[in-house]
Amino acid sequence: MHLHWIDYAIIGVYCAFVLGVGLVLKKFMRTSLDFFLSGRRIPAWVTGLAFLSANLGALEVMGMAASGAKYGMLTSHFYWVGAIPAMIFVGLFMMPYYYGSRARSVPEYLRLRFDEKTRAFNALTFAVMTVLASGINMYAMAIVFQLMLGWSIHATILLSAAVVLIYTYLGGLTSSIYNEVLQFFLIVLGILPIAILSVIEVGGWQGLAARLPHGYTNTWSTLGHAADNPMGIEWFGVVMGLGFVLSFGYWCTDFLVVQRAMAARDMAAAQKTPLIAAFPKMLIPFLVIVPGMIAWAILPHNDFLPGGQGEYNYNLALPLMLKHYYPAGMLGVGITALLASFMSGMAGNVTAFNTVWTYDIYQSYIRRDAPDRHYLAMGRFATITGVLLSIGAAYVALQFRNIMDYLQLIFSFVNAPLLATFLLGMFWKRATPNGAFCGLVGGTSAAALHYFATKAGVVEYSSDMAANFYGAIYAWTACFALTILISFFTRPRPDSHLKGLVYSLTEKPSYRRLPWLNRPATLAWLVAIFTILFNWIFR
Amino acid sequence: MSASPELDIRWPIGLLFAAIGALVSGYGLFHAGDAQPLGVNLNLWWGLVMLLFGLGLLWGARRASKS
Repeated sequence: MHLHWIDYAIIGVYCAFVLGVGLVLKKFMRTSLDFFLSGRRIPAWVTGLAFLSANLGALEVMGMAASGAKYGMLTSHFYWVGAIPAMIFVGLFMMPYYYGSRARSVPEYLRLRFDEKTRAFNALTFAVMTVLASGINMYAMAIVFQLMLGWSIHATILLSAAVVLIYTYLGGLTSSIYNEVLQFFLIVLGILPIAILSVIEVGGWQGLAARLPHGYTNTWSTLGHAADNPMGIEWFGVVMGLGFVLSFGYWCTDFLVVQRAMAARDMAAAQKTPLIAAFPKMLIPFLVIVPGMIAWAILPHNDFLPGGQGEYNYNLALPLMLKHYYPAGMLGVGITALLASFMSGMAGNVTAFNTVWTYDIYQSYIRRDAPDRHYLAMGRFATITGVLLSIGAAYVALQFRNIMDYLQLIFSFVNAPLLATFLLGMFWKRATPNGAFCGLVGGTSAAALHYFATKAGVVEYSSDMAANFYGAIYAWTACFALTILISFFTRPRPDSHLKGLVYSLTEKPSYRRLPWLNRPATLAWLVAIFTILFNWIFR
Repeated sequence: MSASPELDIRWPIGLLFAAIGALVSGYGLFHAGDAQPLGVNLNLWWGLVMLLFGLGLLWGARRASKS
């Protein structure tokens, strides 16, 4: 596949716009709060789309198309069992404490609710994880562009890193959020024609089912036993591992996404951020998973073997579909959409990293009482460092096969135990600082232990995916149990310190003044009903 | 939809899609003879969709800045 001048022109127009937005936003970045939290004045529909799109990076888009090709419709569990219920939960039940506490980051909430060491542990693990995620994102994309267009891996990594660096350096979180919203529309408008054309070509859902092995078009009916389905997992692993622990862990505690809601202009907007995001989110399977499945159904399987041999590279599903359908022109739009989602994924990680570094590590442990101007400068410096570290991490990501499995693996180290800490922290006022800290360390160690036990063959699963789901369940359980146990033997913080941070000591926000349709709870019900319908229709 | 006080996000997004839409549909108009997926002039039609989407956002941003 090669590009015409028109395709390069479209990529050029996109890059010019992204840099231009950064330049325009630069003059609004006066304080560190402007830079790190957009001055908390972004409207809900913008933070909502950014919330969605911070996660809709190239990894997600190509990885989900890849999983669609490999595992079929089971992949939709990442959305209809995983992400959506978690987004409802974080919007309705957790946002009041996140936003209400006025914490500037997830680790800062942990300091307010528990203590300094819990925050330090979380800030450090998060900083490492987010840099790793950003590096994998970059590496994966460079590989794809090399396979697809013959671009040099090093040039792709360095050029895209330069663009991301410039716009996040200039415009901070606002720049990142604006580009995420831009990227969302690019992905949708750039890939929707593939979804439409491919469904027509394959002859609708019936036509697709006829061309794939039995069970690939089902979400629930093959989950009775691990041996019956391509993912090698049964319903318990899906519901508890993927749905509860991994997805709730990610959407409820990962600062990368929570930061978008914290930038909202008021509590109602913060609560609505994940709920507004949930509407497009539940339709993403039709945009990426279904075309991935169709790619496997209609394209020659040899196309998935770039060298002509070895294992199938499912990550090519979406690029192959671009090649199959798009003439010069639309191809440029499709490539730009991938580039954009790749860069905004990276920008999201970098903006989360620079905030946690500056507020939770630098300001807390290195230099406490500098003027705000100093922290703004530090944020910009951390942006450069974050990009450089991600480039380094990109080269580490080489050894792992399926990028999505790898990402899940990282989450099971960090987010799974953290979810237990937050659930106990927000809903059980007796949870103590020492309990939380020991639980976090214990849960993370349990995840690491499980990982090495799997690698050494002590514990065996039928797929990497199943291993990750169960690793997450063990990590969560270890943290949950340890935190409760140790809390009973240690001293809790007095109630007066926990106002606004814990469920039983916080006034519930009331939305009677808002029109009925504009209340968070109404949105949540609508999302829930649609999600249940989708699960039922595609069972 | 309300606007952010600094730079209404609909301006840059609307401009970008109007530009890309115009480029792609214009290209499709002059290359109608090229190979087309399922016989549809995808560039022309989807280019127009993107152009309209961009113009719609610009129209919304303009209306918001006036009021």
